[in-house]
Amino acid sequence: MTQLVRLFLAVFIAAFGLMYWTSYLNSSHGYSGSDTLTIYNWGDYIDPELIAEFEKETGLKIIYQTFDSNEAMMTKIEQGGTTFDVAIPSEYAISKMKEENLLLPIDHAKIPNLTNIDSRFMDLSFDPGNQYSIPYFWGTVGIIYNTEMLDGKTFTSWNDLWSEDLRNQILLVDGAREVIGFGLNSLNYSLNDTNEEHLQEAKRKLGTLTPNVKAIVGDEIKMLLAGEEAAVGVVWSGDASEIMDQNDKLDYVIPEEGSNLWFDNMVIPKTARNLEGAHKFINFMLDPEVAARNTEYVGYSTPNAEALKLLPEDISGDERFYPDPELTDKLEVYKNLGKKMLSHYNELFLEFKMHRK
Amino acid sequence: MTRTRNLYLIPYAAWMLLFVATPIVLIVYNSFFDVEGHFTLGNFQKFLTPVYLRMTFNSFWYALLITAFSLLVAYPTAYWLTRTKHKQLWLLLVIVPSWINLLLKAYAFIGLFGTYGFVNSVFEMVGIGTQQILFTDFSFVFVSVYIFIPFMILPIYNAIEELNPSLVYASRDLGASPWMTFRRVVFPLTLGGVKAGCQAVFIPALSLFMITRLIAGNRVVTLGTAIEQHFLVTQDWGMGSAIAVLLIIVMAVIMLMTGNRGARNTIR
Repeated sequence: MTQLVRLFLAVFIAAFGLMYWTSYLNSSHGYSGSDTLTIYNWGDYIDPELIAEFEKETGLKIIYQTFDSNEAMMTKIEQGGTTFDVAIPSEYAISKMKEENLLLPIDHAKIPNLTNIDSRFMDLSFDPGNQYSIPYFWGTVGIIYNTEMLDGKTFTSWNDLWSEDLRNQILLVDGAREVIGFGLNSLNYSLNDTNEEHLQEAKRKLGTLTPNVKAIVGDEIKMLLAGEEAAVGVVWSGDASEIMDQNDKLDYVIPEEGSNLWFDNMVIPKTARNLEGAHKFINFMLDPEVAARNTEYVGYSTPNAEALKLLPEDISGDERFYPDPELTDKLEVYKNLGKKMLSHYNELFLEFKMHRK
Repeated sequence: MTRTRNLYLIPYAAWMLLFVATPIVLIVYNSFFDVEGHFTLGNFQKFLTPVYLRMTFNSFWYALLITAFSLLVAYPTAYWLTRTKHKQLWLLLVIVPSWINLLLKAYAFIGLFGTYGFVNSVFEMVGIGTQQILFTDFSFVFVSVYIFIPFMILPIYNAIEELNPSLVYASRDLGASPWMTFRRVVFPLTLGGVKAGCQAVFIPALSLFMITRLIAGNRVVTLGTAIEQHFLVTQDWGMGSAIAVLLIIVMAVIMLMTGNRGARNTIR
C-alpha cells in the first residue's frame, strides 16, 4: 500500500515539476505575454533563421508548432483549445475548412507584398479571389526514379510505369486522389473526372499495374526511396526534392500527360487571437528576399515571382520544379469533388489495393 | 449494507456507461447514415459486396495465422519459462518489448527487413542472396506475431505456473510417457490460459491497421485499414462505423463461443 502511495506521489511530483519548469522556461523567454504569434506548419517547412528575423523585426515572439497531416491539423483547429494565428494547409483542406467556417478572411490591404505572387497562382478554384489563403509553396505529383538501379532508363509518361521490366519496383504514395488521378491522367482524362466509365477504365488499368507495385506507403516512402528499397516512386515534388537531397542518383519528372498541381497556402484559422501579427507574418513571408531564402531552405517551388528572380539559375531554371508554361497548362488543381465522389474515389482505391499479384 | 455496496458500484457503472456503452451506441447510430447525413441501410449493403467480403476474409485469415503462430511459439516458451531459474528476469524480458511504442517497433522492422537491411546482409553473407522480405505476407505475420506474443505468453505462463506439479508426477508414476502426460494432463489443464491468450491476440489482430501499411505496404488490406481510411481520409463515418459494428458483433460472438467453458477452467 505504502509503495502504491509512493508511486502515485512520485508521478504527481514529476508531472507538476515538469509543468512548473515549462512555465518557468516560457516566461524567461518572453513567451507569456500577449505579444506572441502561434504558427502551425508542417514539420521542417520554414527556414528557422527567418523566424528569428521576424521576431527581431516586429518584437513578436513566435510559438512554432507542427503537424504531419491536413486531417490532424483540421481536427485540432476544429476543437479549438489552442490558439493558432497562422496555419499552412493544402488546397483541398482549405476548401474544406472554408466550408466548415474554420477560416477568417485575410485583409489584402495589410499585405502589400501580395503583388509579388505570380498571378498564375492566385484566384484558383479552391479559394476564389484568395479571400482566405495566400500561396506559400506549390508543387506537382510525378515520378521519381533511380537512374543507377534502372541502368539509365528514363521516364516521360505515366504509361512508362507499366513497363514490364519494372516488376515489383514501384512504390506508390498512399493517397486515393493521387493514385486514381495518375490512372486517369495516363488515359488522358482529367484527374478531376467524375465520369463513371472513365473511373472504371482507370481502375481496370491500375489493376494491371499491380505486378509492378511493391508497396503503397505513407511518409516512409521518402526513407524507402532514398534507401534504394525500390527504383521508382510516385510522389509529390516536395518529397522528391527531399529524397534527391539525400540520394543524388534519383531524378524526378512530371509526366507529359499532365499531373496534379498542389498548393500549401497560409491561412488565418478562426482560433487566431493576434490578427495584426498574423497579417504581418504573412506579409513578411512574401517579401522577395525572405521567400527566396525560404525556398532555398525548404526546396519546394515558390509562387513568389520576385523571389524566383533572386534565386540562382540552377534552382529557378530547374524544369522539374518549375516546369515550362506548356506543361504547366496541363497541370490541374484537385477540385473539391464533394464527399460522395471522394468516397467513391476511395472505394476504387481500396479495390485497387485489394488487387493481388 | 446493500446500499453501500451499490454506492461502490457507481464509479464502475459510470465508467461502463460513458466509455463502453455510449461509444458503442454512437457507432451503431452513425452506421445508419451516409456521407450526406441521410438515414440509410446502404452501408451494410455495401459491406456485402465482394470487396468488403474479401477484406473480411483477409482479416480473419491473417488474424488466424497470427494467433496460430503466436500460440506455436508462446506455449513452449511459457512452458520453458516456468522451468527456468530466474523466472522473473526472463518474464521481464518477454514483457519489456511491449513497453516500446508500436510505431517504433514497426520502423525498426522496416530497417531490419529492407533490401539493404540486417537480415538481407546476413542472407547475402551465408550465400542465400537478397530476398524481398518487407512488404510480403511473411513479414506482416512475423511482425504481428512479434507484437502480440507477450499477450499470448503471459496467460499461458500463469496457467502453467499454477498447475499443481504433483499431477504431472502422478501421471509419470502411472506410466504415461512425457508426450502423453503433456497431451492428457498438462495441456487440458492449461487450456484456460491458451484460450485467454488466443482471445487477447485474435481480437486485436482482426482490426490491425498501420502495420498493414508500414510492414505489408498495403498489400494486405484488412477491415482495420478500411475503418481507418473511412474515418480519416474519406470521412465517410457511416461506412467506417458499419464495419466497426460488424466487427464488434463478430468479436462478441467469438468471446461467447470461447469464453463460456473457459470461464470455469481458467486458473487465475
